[in-house]
Amino acid sequence: MDINLLNAKTLTERLRSAFVVENRWLLYFQGLGNTLLMSLFAVCIGVALGVILGAIIYTEKKTGKAKILAAICKVYVTVIRGTPVVLQLFIMYFIVLVSVKNGIVVGSVTFGLNSAAYVAEVARAGLESVDEGQMEAGRSLGLSYSKTMFKIILPQAFRNIIPALFNEFIALVKETSVAGYVGILDLGKVPGLIQSRTFDYLFPLLFASLLYLVVVYLLTIIEKFIEKQLSKSDRDGGKKIITGGRKKCKNRS
Amino acid sequence: MQEPLLKTVELKKTFGDTCVLNGISTEIYEGEKVVVIGPSGSGKSTFLRCLNLLETPTDGAIYFGGEELTHSTDLEEHRKKMGMVFQHFNLFPHLTVLKNVTLAAVEARLQERKKRKLKISKKQIVAEENERAMKLLARIGLEDKADAYPSTLSGGQKQRIAIVRALAMNPKVMLFDEPTSALDPEMVGEVLSLMKELADEGMTMIVVTHEMRFAREVATRVLFMDGGKIAAEGPPEEIFGAPKDERLKAFLSKVL
Repeated sequence: MDINLLNAKTLTERLRSAFVVENRWLLYFQGLGNTLLMSLFAVCIGVALGVILGAIIYTEKKTGKAKILAAICKVYVTVIRGTPVVLQLFIMYFIVLVSVKNGIVVGSVTFGLNSAAYVAEVARAGLESVDEGQMEAGRSLGLSYSKTMFKIILPQAFRNIIPALFNEFIALVKETSVAGYVGILDLGKVPGLIQSRTFDYLFPLLFASLLYLVVVYLLTIIEKFIEKQLSKSDRDGGKKIITGGRKKCKNRS
Repeated sequence: MQEPLLKTVELKKTFGDTCVLNGISTEIYEGEKVVVIGPSGSGKSTFLRCLNLLETPTDGAIYFGGEELTHSTDLEEHRKKMGMVFQHFNLFPHLTVLKNVTLAAVEARLQERKKRKLKISKKQIVAEENERAMKLLARIGLEDKADAYPSTLSGGQKQRIAIVRALAMNPKVMLFDEPTSALDPEMVGEVLSLMKELADEGMTMIVVTHEMRFAREVATRVLFMDGGKIAAEGPPEEIFGAPKDERLKAFLSKVL
């Protein structure tokens, strides 16, 4: 344990050096900005691509069509989920997107492509949670497969996967903290940066953690709000909602 | 001689090694009310579901209004003219009753507008379809449920709305797949009487059911299926009054 924790005089001094000196507090918010930026882009890429992947895998399973396409999607999901995101980031940063100078862009793309694999599985499970009779009812009314999918199946699937989807978003926000490995100034990188000047980790670590917590907490509030909006139509209290998602451990030293 | 509205020729369907339909050939004329009865597993539902190709037949042909369906590239157009009512209603739980009824009709008209470049606003189409739907709902006395979600309705109400949803497409034939089997006994009556009304108005109907009284009262022809074949068929008086087929006799002795 830090033996100076109880010493009020040194504590104020440490606070000052962690936030006030050289306007260091700005760094946290700059880092937070980059983290949010990457997370936002990554979520968009992840959801868009993930839903497409999930829908293709679902379609192949139900109808037996698009076999080759589905096989490619499955390989993608397996490879992405089977390798650490840090290595994926390195591969993108040093090999695939080596010509892209902007680290934020590389980070966004990497985390987006990574997230898509997880969203794909969530989306597939969501689609499968919708009763088969729904597709039959839609088709029997003369709606095309894609119209039935967009108007009838996806909205119901979406409602069922909100918790799992937000689990993924939350994991993703925290996951972006590996971006520091390739020199992107994200929120996770800031404490180390300040410590290298002040030789003191205490407040930088606490404050950066607090900021992550606030972001995640805001996400939870948004989730509850959306769930409430979407549950208007059910009397069963959303029994079929799929929970759970990925639990990941990162071994950052 | 009038053309049959629906005609099947040697219709076959196998699931893996199990042969569910083993050559069904029949003709259904406009205005007919055909009731399909038979023991469970005899292929009644599969036969019905093959008619609008919810199940793809393994072999054989289906003609609807003179056009062959199994190789049709315009299946959706044909399906719009065949209303289907399911055992488990299959209302869309995320949409209000009114939206349930109008969804497909609005989509169909939007599609037509695009194809024929009609000058009518989407708002106008929705308003017209809403008005039509409200009339249909008023007919079954459920206009006050227009803005309710299906989960708040009773089984009988759900099934009557499912029937109205199919009617909103102005179908030429209505297919009923055990429409009362999932209902509480006290709700069977309201659904059957709506079906009877439709029959009296001249709707062509094909009904798979276990309601023998309904079959006797409404059917113009009864098909008795057993083992994937039509084992006996005829007017209800003949089927119920003087059954000749041994299997039919055995079946009727169990259900009547």
